[in-house]
Amino acid sequence: MKLFRQLILRPLRHDLTRSALTLVSIALGVAVVIAIELAGDAATGSFERSLTTLTGKVDYEISANGGVDERYMASLAALPLNARFAPVIEQPVVVTGGASTTGMSSMLFGIDVIAAGLQAGDGAFSSSRAPLETSAVVSSHLAARLHLRKGDSLTLTGPNRSQSFMIQSIAEGQNTGWVGIDIAAAQQLLDRYGKLDRIEVFLGPAETLAAAGTAIKRAVPGSYDVETPGARSEENQRMLRAFRWNLRILSYISLLVGAFLIYNTIAVSVVRRRAEIGILRAIGTSSRGVLLMFLGEASMLGVLGSLLGIGLGRALAGAIVGMISDTVNALFTTSAPGSVRLSAGTMITAVITGTGVAFLSALIPAREAARVAPAEAMRRESREHETTLHAGRDLVLAALAAAAAVLFCQFGPVDGRPVFGYLATLCAVVATALVSPAFVTGVIGALRGVLKRTAGAAGLIAGRSLVASLARTSIVVTALATAIAMMVAVGIMVGSFRETVQVWLDSQLRADIYLRAAGPVSSGIYPPMDQQVPEIIRVTPGVGDVDIFHAFQFHYEGTQATFGAGIMDIVRRKRSLRFLNGDANQILASLPGQNRAIVSEPFANKHHVRAGQLLRIPLGAHAVSLTVAGIYYDYANDKGFVLVDRTTLLRYLPEQPVTNIAVYAKAGADAEKVRQELEMRLARYPLMIAPNEVLRRGAIEVFDRTFAVTYALEAVAILVAMLGAASALLALVLDRRREIGLIRYLGAAKVQVRNMILTEAALLGLLAGLLGLVLGTALSLVLIYVVNKQSFGWTIQFHPPVLLLGGALLLVWAVTVLAGVYPARFAAKLEPAEVIHTE
Amino acid sequence: MFPKQIRLSVQNATKTYEGGVEALRGVTLDFAAGTVTALVGRSGCGKTTLLNLCGAMDFPTSGEVLVAGKLTSRMDDGELTALRRTEIGFVFQFFQLLPSLTVLENVELPLLLAGAKNTEATARERLRWVELEGKSASLPWQLSGGQMQRVAIARALVHDPKILVADEPTGNLDTASGDGVLQLIRRAADEFGAAVVMATHSAEAAAIADLRVRMRDGRVESVDA
Repeated sequence: MKLFRQLILRPLRHDLTRSALTLVSIALGVAVVIAIELAGDAATGSFERSLTTLTGKVDYEISANGGVDERYMASLAALPLNARFAPVIEQPVVVTGGASTTGMSSMLFGIDVIAAGLQAGDGAFSSSRAPLETSAVVSSHLAARLHLRKGDSLTLTGPNRSQSFMIQSIAEGQNTGWVGIDIAAAQQLLDRYGKLDRIEVFLGPAETLAAAGTAIKRAVPGSYDVETPGARSEENQRMLRAFRWNLRILSYISLLVGAFLIYNTIAVSVVRRRAEIGILRAIGTSSRGVLLMFLGEASMLGVLGSLLGIGLGRALAGAIVGMISDTVNALFTTSAPGSVRLSAGTMITAVITGTGVAFLSALIPAREAARVAPAEAMRRESREHETTLHAGRDLVLAALAAAAAVLFCQFGPVDGRPVFGYLATLCAVVATALVSPAFVTGVIGALRGVLKRTAGAAGLIAGRSLVASLARTSIVVTALATAIAMMVAVGIMVGSFRETVQVWLDSQLRADIYLRAAGPVSSGIYPPMDQQVPEIIRVTPGVGDVDIFHAFQFHYEGTQATFGAGIMDIVRRKRSLRFLNGDANQILASLPGQNRAIVSEPFANKHHVRAGQLLRIPLGAHAVSLTVAGIYYDYANDKGFVLVDRTTLLRYLPEQPVTNIAVYAKAGADAEKVRQELEMRLARYPLMIAPNEVLRRGAIEVFDRTFAVTYALEAVAILVAMLGAASALLALVLDRRREIGLIRYLGAAKVQVRNMILTEAALLGLLAGLLGLVLGTALSLVLIYVVNKQSFGWTIQFHPPVLLLGGALLLVWAVTVLAGVYPARFAAKLEPAEVIHTE
Repeated sequence: MFPKQIRLSVQNATKTYEGGVEALRGVTLDFAAGTVTALVGRSGCGKTTLLNLCGAMDFPTSGEVLVAGKLTSRMDDGELTALRRTEIGFVFQFFQLLPSLTVLENVELPLLLAGAKNTEATARERLRWVELEGKSASLPWQLSGGQMQRVAIARALVHDPKILVADEPTGNLDTASGDGVLQLIRRAADEFGAAVVMATHSAEAAAIADLRVRMRDGRVESVDA
């Protein structure tokens, strides 16, 4: 312990800046992992239906595509079960009231208040002030947003009417906005008679779940879903698994970059204390003792860094939970961000991860320290020479790692996760680390003449010093290159994706005006519009084709997707859907009147669907077999779409409401004037009427918001690498004090010493930038063609955003040079006479 | 032969370090062009401090140091750096070559730092002078101790300095190598006209000097011609 204090703690204290930089690197790495985990949990964990707090724990939920027929309530009630069957209507409405004049889209729950006993005693609806049909319960979230209090009145606006209600109570502790009213009032407000969104089943204490489930299934059509609420929540979690997995992997990049830096710190420790180790070994310290000492150093840095990282990660999670939540809502399913909760388990995992990474990174240099022969205080020059001699072997290993990466790209996903894609990424990073020493030597060798000519002595020494400290230089270059590569890879992937989506939007959004019912904009939510709306539009002057679309979320093989029906003849004539195979015209022409469907690429990939295959999809009480006529490219969401002609849908679900309408202005008509006319004619309906460009801009905004968190993660990885570069340069300066003193003797001015270190920083940045660019381009191919394809099922066209990437690389390079400012100032301040004589 | 012009003058110089240690106490010495002056005495007698003053690496606490006629105490860091670049060459006991640079690059370095032209040709010329032109592409660790010190002398003379400061130049060498190095130092004074100031413990080194300055407790004890 005394030895540990003298040999490890004292130098760490002595080089306080460097120790702090290493600590911050680990802390940032751990913080990002923690933040992503906590923010992910908070953003996606709140799937439990908010209504549970009001009605109690549900045992089963009965649902059906196109809605549950109310008639089955009677057959369920006749079952010889001690159970209560509660009908539920769930639909978005606009709520106005309190201090707010603009209103807020919220979910409306229509429940059987009397059957649930909520109007009696101290139930949520118990009141003598208002009749049941005008009573409402609101969530604390909604109450806070609209400044509503118990006893206030509020107005709910459905597809074609508004009605006032009085707030009887406020459900506390809610993180989503919702309002609950009696089901009869909900049916009246929404004009929905005969169809329920689901029936909730509450079993008595004597009933067993399995037996009751069997009995319930027998009482409803086979096409109905009878599931425990947990199954739905599990489905949501499963759907988000790929998304969270990708984020998680990305968050580990910072930790990986941090690992390189721990390796560097311990390696520097070993190199600088080689003489001391030799002496210690000579006077009787065992090699195990030396090994433990250095592993102890790494573990200590790991524990301290992790503890720091936990605090930082908790704060970071609060900042990014909104971003993740936006993505989840836009792409996957409705959820509201919950509070960020830091559990003891997460903290322990963080400490274990951070310390483990530090421990493993230190293993190689610590073993090297343990191998120092007694009394052999080797000079660093020979150590660096060793690295050079291994360069040939490392190149062979690098080639093998690269070959393994290519091989891993050929394998499919494991349980829906692109495990082999990530292994390929890891292999590519390993190959880069192995090729790095040869790369550094090669590039600096090639630049030798240029450096001397342009930067004189500073350039000459800078280049040579980096090669002379090859082991250290190559680690820092690899760490920085890995971070840059991630930036480049994700940049290319997102850029390509963005371009692909933009091209797709151009081909898809051909109509002049788009309409949907007002309500929350979220994936899987399709608020219905009044049945009068299409007719009003048709007779509006200037209106040409009107594509009427019906959409609803359905479940297929345990995952969610969207079932949609439009006028395929208009789609064929007006839009240019691109299919993976086959002629779009012929495929679309084959749909009207037929049990034929087209499916989106993500749906086909997720469910292994091919053209010509039969899909069995429950529609109301019917199980309908649809032949897949074709698979089309689509980037709206990764859950996928099944589209049929409108006539096919209405055959099975004749009352299915319209959810979206696309309006094409007549040739020569002014689209803006048509839009204004529609706004006027449809003023009494709560609709969103958007011109083409607004919709297009909105789609790209959602896209950009979706990837905001990705950029934030990259920024942290780059920051960690920058800290590493500063730390490594400082180590280089400390190690070369004598050399720096000497060149001051030989006539170097302070500014020349400063320039020399800054040139080294610039070279490090250049080397890392070049290597990162090559690795990043390779990784982008893995991300686009393997990881993305297997996770989400999209085909992305390769479109590298050259200007953006060039700018980003330049910025990273400039920041690397900035990272050299402190070491450069430190070097310039060294007193030459003092260091020459001390060293 | 060169006229015996005074290149370096130390006038009543004292040097007191923090903590009150008096390293030099009223030293007055002149160093003429083309002469070798050996500073001898026990460790701690003030030789290295005096060399630092002569090499414009430090200032006296009181008194004056004139390097090539210029008062060092009135110069800022930039002017001192310029002075070292043009007027002074250094030779150290442990050679102090940069391990990452080749022999030629080590010799060329002072010229590059000064922004001079034809640096490579001049450096080769000096390497030829120390008879190591054939080693120009070697790295320092590939040379013997004697060869490294000859490279260091070539580097110290590459910019034709008026003053050559040598700190125990043979202290880390065997006799044969040491003799070779001493010959070069003597020739530096004779052929380049440099004023050589050399701190040494070695009698052989002191023997080549024109003047032997014996120091004791920071003072000049005797000067022998």
